Parts: sequence; structure tokens; C-alpha cells
Amino acid sequence: MLRPLDAFDWRRKKVEYTYRFKEFRYILRQIKRSPLTIVGIGIIMLFFLTVLFAEWIALYPEDYHAVHMESVFQRPCLDHPFGTDDMGRDIFSRVVMGSRISIMVGCVVVFISFAIGVPLGMIAGYAGGKVSEFIMRVADMFMSIPYLLMALAVAAILGPNLRNAMIAISIPWWPIYARLARAQTLTIKNELYVWSAKAIGASEFRIIFKHLLPNCLAPLIVQSSIQFGQAILTAAALGFIGIGAPPPSPEWGLMVSTGRSYMPDKWWLTFFPGMAIFVTTLGFNLFGDGMRDVLDPRLRR
Amino acid sequence: MDRPIIEINELSTYFFTYEGVVKALERVDLMIWPNEIFGLVGETGCGKSVTALSIMKLIPSPPGKIVSGRILLDGEDLMPKNEKEMFRIRGEKIAMIFQDPMTCLNPVKKIGETMSEVILIHLRVSKKEALNIAAKSLEETEMPDPFFVLKQYPHELSGGMRQRVMIATALSLRPKLLIADEPTTALDVTIQAQILRLLKRLNGTFETSILLITHNLGVVAQLCHRVGVMYAGNIVEVGSVEDIFENPMHPYTLGLISAIPKFDENRERLKGIEGYVPNLINPPMGCRFHPRCRFCMEKCRTLKPPCKHGKKGHTVACHLS
Repeated sequence: MLRPLDAFDWRRKKVEYTYRFKEFRYILRQIKRSPLTIVGIGIIMLFFLTVLFAEWIALYPEDYHAVHMESVFQRPCLDHPFGTDDMGRDIFSRVVMGSRISIMVGCVVVFISFAIGVPLGMIAGYAGGKVSEFIMRVADMFMSIPYLLMALAVAAILGPNLRNAMIAISIPWWPIYARLARAQTLTIKNELYVWSAKAIGASEFRIIFKHLLPNCLAPLIVQSSIQFGQAILTAAALGFIGIGAPPPSPEWGLMVSTGRSYMPDKWWLTFFPGMAIFVTTLGFNLFGDGMRDVLDPRLRR
Repeated sequence: MDRPIIEINELSTYFFTYEGVVKALERVDLMIWPNEIFGLVGETGCGKSVTALSIMKLIPSPPGKIVSGRILLDGEDLMPKNEKEMFRIRGEKIAMIFQDPMTCLNPVKKIGETMSEVILIHLRVSKKEALNIAAKSLEETEMPDPFFVLKQYPHELSGGMRQRVMIATALSLRPKLLIADEPTTALDVTIQAQILRLLKRLNGTFETSILLITHNLGVVAQLCHRVGVMYAGNIVEVGSVEDIFENPMHPYTLGLISAIPKFDENRERLKGIEGYVPNLINPPMGCRFHPRCRFCMEKCRTLKPPCKHGKKGHTVACHLS
């Protein structure tokens, strides 16, 4: 027989364990439902593993900038699974090493545009009125700059390299975060818990960053995931037109660009880096879409 | 004691909207004594919540603005204080709890984080100490197993528990005044009774004055020492609970009391007061209640009734009395 006290204790422990577990299981179930999300997660995991163990996966890590004139333009074979390029470098190794550049571009671009856009957007949403108008009109201005022109201008002023390319991509992108953060802030800034925070003497700064920010994070995370893939794609585009990473580096866009002149006979020069760009971007997009479904509270039951 | 905890003099709060100026509060006078539960009753849209927010100086501005008047907190004028000084007063000297406990806790924060926040803002203590203070405060609200509750998220608690958390948070710094804006409206009656008993007990032990905003006259009768009746941005009658319920002087108070459904009466329709609360952009001339008043006289239409002080602080703004 259970005495009432035992019953209570038992129930309490159960609550403690099940809740977190349920939430986790819910997310898992939701992910299981869409095979595309699983594909996305698989690609992203593969990508991150490649980044982490690039030295070990790459067959010839020194091909980052070595030149082997004796082995130029070899077709894909066992020694060189993706073939070799015009300098005799192993393309597989270069694609693997290039993943590090891509992840850096993705992280830096998303970080910069997030760090500029989200605080500005939240301030605009919270303050409203003239402050909001001002910030959002400035955001519109930035949004109207085509990123390629921006990148060209930045490259012309600061010189063409990867760092400047990343800055050039981030600048027209922060308004996306600002708009999202503003919209999200507007919907939750009149929630009662914000009022209770005001009533206990919390400053505006504390309310915005401790109460509002965690509550509007979900769509921002989704956006970041999609932007991550976009950033890699855009950096590759800049590399392709020659205002991204400078030549010896195994940046994927740059590799496509150098291989372009040997098309179509020596297709492997462009095909494999191109596929790397395609697959990675696709992976982040699929993941972002899947996350939107999981994190969207309206779809919850 | 002789000095009121909060003294409001001629307070007017307007909202400047596109349609016109909404005179949400017009020359409101209010006094709350130490260790007193003061009930503020009235229909929806009478300015009860605006009064509460005005005391906290939390009127959303724009469009709202306190245009005139004085608010004295323990003899200290709040009107000239800037936002920074108000941060120190909110939460520490005046605390507020809101109507719907379901939404007034931040859903992404554990109860412990929410509760220790107010302590960390106002006191120089470590996080651990803050959690201890929070747990002690929860214990005072008769919450079983406070340390476990501190680790939970709001959605894991029931409505009554959440309201207890809100009360515990509000009282953790022993404020001089607790503003409870309809604290029991969203709860069912049994929990409501528990929460009210809790408020009454805490009022006794901590010597915190409570400004209880409600439209439930039963709650007022049970809990309050004194009552203020608001109508259309004016306080029309103030008095002790006995005075208000046994000897209502203002026709509006009379109407409110007769609108309480009684169990022993067999009537098909509930009695109410005819008409609606007037539009506060163009309030009626004279007494704001005159279009709905059964005893309306000629001078009510043109002349604003002065406040008449009766015995034992029973104050009425009506030409009749």
C-alpha cells in the first residue's frame, strides 16, 4: 500500500525526469517525421566532422599551397579521388581543407549580422516611435544595397581578401535580423511578464536582453541556420569573381573559378568544389527549414 | 501611525491618442495607511489599473502622461523622480502583481531565476543567497518544497502556484505597498479563497499595505479595511468596508452593491446599472455618472460635485449627500 506521502514523492520524481525528457522526445519525433531534416542534419554533421578532422581526412594536407608539376590534371583515381588540378594538387584534399574557410565565413558573417541586427531590431521594437522609424529606415537603406556591388566597393577600398569579403557580406545582411527581431519584440513586448519585469524595477537594458531576447530566439536561430548556408554560397560567389579569398587558398568558389578555364574536358576541377558548395548550402537550408517546423509553437500539439 | 504610505493628490493621467485626449484619471485623491488593505472597485475601464500604473510611474509614454498631481510614497514625492530613481523604488518599495498568473512569468526562465532577479537588482547579494531568500519567501506563501519549485519552469506549475510565486516574488523585499491588480480573476474559487487568505495573512505579518484592485465586491467585503469606488476616472466614494456596504452614499456604489447576485433571491435577470461607462475622450459634463444615475438632478448635469467628507473618513462626491 502506498501511503499518501510516498505517493507524493513518487510523483514528484517522475515529474522531474519526464518533463525534460518529454520535450526532447517531442523534438526527436518531430525531426523523425521529416526525412529532409534528417538529410540536412546528416550533411551538417558530415560537414562539421570534416572541419574538425580535416588534416586527417585530407590525403595530402600540404596541398593547401604545394605545387606538384609532375602530377597535373590527373583524372579521379584511387590516389586522387577527386583528381588533381592545374598545379598538381589533390582536389579532394583541397575541398576538405576548404571546409574550414567555409565554416569560418559562415560563422563570422552570421555572427556579425546577428550581433548588429538583433540588438538594433530589439531596440527598435521595444522603443517604438521615432527610434524605431530611424533604425528601420537605416536598415532599409542597407537592404537596398546589392551585396555584390557592396563587395566590389569594399574590395576596391580595402583590397580583395577574405576578411573584407566577409565584412561586405555582413553589411547588407544585418537588416534581415533587425526586421525579424523587431517583429518578434513587437509581439511579445506587451506580455504580462514584461510588465512584471518592469514592476520589479528592471532597467530597459535588462528587459530587452534578459527577458525579450530569450523569448524571440527561436526564429532567429532558424534564420541563422539558413543564413549560414547562404553566407557560404555568397563567399563562394565572391571567390569566383575574384574578390574573395586570394589564389593559393582552397576556397571552394576560387577553385571553381580556376577550373572554369579547363571546362569541359577537365570537369573534375570544377565539379567537386561546386558539389561541396551545393551540398553544404543545401544541408543548412534543409536543417533551417526543419528547425522552423520543430521550433514553431503554432504547430505544437 | 499618522503618515499614509501612499498619498495621491489631484492626480490626472491622460492618454493622447489620435481620436483625442483620453482623460483616464481626473483629479484622483487617494490615501492608503500603513498596514491597510485598500480595495479599489469599479467597472472595467474606470481607471483602476491606470491608477496602479500611475503609482508605479509605468504609464506607457507616449501616449500616456501624468499631467498633474502628486504621489507621495511615505512622504516622498515620486513625481520629480527620474526613471533611474524609479528603478530603485519599483520592486523594493512598491511591488505589483498582475491579473493573469499564467502569462506573467517569463516562460523561458526557471522560477528561481525570475524570483532572484528582483533580489539581485535591489540587494548586493550572491546568486545563492538570492535563491535562499526566494525560497524563504516561497515558504511564507505556504508553497510546499520551495527549493524544488525554484528549479521548475512556469508551465510546470498550476495557476494557483504561479500566483503564489508572483506574490512571493513581490513580497520578497518586504515592500511598503503591494499593488494587486485583480490577483484572483483568473483563478477558480477555491484557489481564489486560498490566495486571498494568504494576502490577508501576509498583510498581517509583514505590515505591507495592499492596494487591491478588483471588480469582485465579495473579495472586497472579505479582505479590505477601506474601499474606494471609481467611476470614469474619478473616485466617487471612499470609506470603510462597513460604510460602503451598509451605508453607500453614492448612487453608483448603490448600483454596484445591488448588482451582486444573491442566492436567496429568486430573480430571472441579474440586476445591473443601465448604460455603459462613458467614453473618456468626451466625458459627460458635471457629474460623470449623471447619464446613468437614477437620482439625477438639474445641477448634476452641469456642476461637478465636490468631495464631501463625512464621519470616519467616509468621503462622497455627489450632490445628493
